[in-house]
Amino acid sequence: MLNVSVRRDLRDFSLQTDFSVGKGETLVLIGENGAGKSSLLFLLSGLLSPDSGHISLDGQLLYDSRTRVNMPSEERDIGFVFQNYALFPHMTVFENVAFGLRRRKVPPAEIRSRVDENLALLSLQNLSSVRADRLSGGQRQRVALARALAIDPALLLLDEPVSALDALAQDRMRSELGSFVRKSRIPCIAVTHSFRDAASLGDRIGLMEEGRIIRSGTLSEIMAGRNDFLNRFFCGCRQDHCHQ
Amino acid sequence: MLVNYKGKRMVRRLGGGLVISLLLAFIVIPILALFFRISPAQFIASLSDPMVWDALVLSLVTASISTVIIILIGTPVAWINARYQYPGREIVDTLIDLPLVIPPAVAGLALLMTFGRTGLIGGFLYGFGISIAFTTLAVIMAQIFVSVPFYVRQARASFEQLDQVYEQAARSLGSTAAPTFFTVILPLVKSGLIAGAIMSFARALGEFGATIMFAGNFQGRTQTMPLAIYTAMQGDIDASITLSIILILISFIVIALVKFQLRRDVRC
Repeated sequence: MLNVSVRRDLRDFSLQTDFSVGKGETLVLIGENGAGKSSLLFLLSGLLSPDSGHISLDGQLLYDSRTRVNMPSEERDIGFVFQNYALFPHMTVFENVAFGLRRRKVPPAEIRSRVDENLALLSLQNLSSVRADRLSGGQRQRVALARALAIDPALLLLDEPVSALDALAQDRMRSELGSFVRKSRIPCIAVTHSFRDAASLGDRIGLMEEGRIIRSGTLSEIMAGRNDFLNRFFCGCRQDHCHQ
Repeated sequence: MLVNYKGKRMVRRLGGGLVISLLLAFIVIPILALFFRISPAQFIASLSDPMVWDALVLSLVTASISTVIIILIGTPVAWINARYQYPGREIVDTLIDLPLVIPPAVAGLALLMTFGRTGLIGGFLYGFGISIAFTTLAVIMAQIFVSVPFYVRQARASFEQLDQVYEQAARSLGSTAAPTFFTVILPLVKSGLIAGAIMSFARALGEFGATIMFAGNFQGRTQTMPLAIYTAMQGDIDASITLSIILILISFIVIALVKFQLRRDVRC
């Protein structure tokens, strides 16, 4: 279970959120560009430090301003898929996916089997020895996912997780992500601009505005109380066109 | 109207070609003059001159050592200045760039006043029987002094251009600072670092003013190629031209290597 109550002053506003995400649950964050969605993921991953508050994951404190606990990002066991994938371009697909396991000193035989397993999960077996800078956008996104999943994360953070895939692959990926999160019983937070992501991935949806989650609930609860942004979001004025 | 337009375009092309030709002629003709001044036989004969050979070996050895030291010290400095904010960072940067604009003779004199037998630090070291000025070590120190900014500037620019998301991704995957630096950052900026090192090496190889002031001009010990060219000018002009041609060839290779390296950067 992830418990979050943090505050951080950003350039234009103060990010202030208070929420929990259960094991096997996916919280999808939606909102305008610059609402603080990606910054929140950075705060949770430890790549950005809150000004105050606390973050705990499965009872372990990741951050607590009162007791001055701030676990470094590299010790948090969080799988993070970045918006621009951040694959290491000089490494092969295999090396990218194995990177986190090598840092954890996992034995080579186990690295091989875990990487192969994750590559198979995302249909990447044939690209194992291809350098990351030779991949297409969709392939990069899948490798980024495989890399995040390979470390058996305790929390999964996804920034636009399937946006670069074609429609068919998106559906497959959403379904696989959903089953992975439920099966591994880890909390997952996904940031998206896509109605389909929100509808199919999100057990709960949080609407962010100027650093705050101003509304949170299931898809039907969120749809019931529309505002301008939600009207545009659900009526398809964004990436997925019309979903009415 | 069409003819007029074509005429203007032709004038522009002719003007551009003329300016480029003039500049190229100014650079290339003096270089060619060196090549035309001696025959290949004279060039090869001069290569066996002990002064030419000693200068060549000393220059290559000292410039290589200087470059290695510059890489070892300059890389962390460039990294810190590229990634971290600290009080006085701009001053540090300016001071590192200072040798670029200081006349080399002034640099040599400054080194002599610091590390000479009566210098600030040299006087203290001399008490322990350590003498730096007018030794091969002084040649290396003079080369480092004048060529370190070439590497640090290029390295810092390379680090600054690298998207921080790679470090963030590595950290989120459990990589601490040192492994991230060596396995992710260095491979991604290595072209820029190699280009900087090549520029530094070339500057060290051509160093004259600071070396003659601080290290003197002793064959086999402190007489590098530029100093040997200057010395040979007084008597054996063939040896002087041979060394000059070697330096020109090295410079040409250096520029080609730098251009090649800087084109090799990859991003994802």
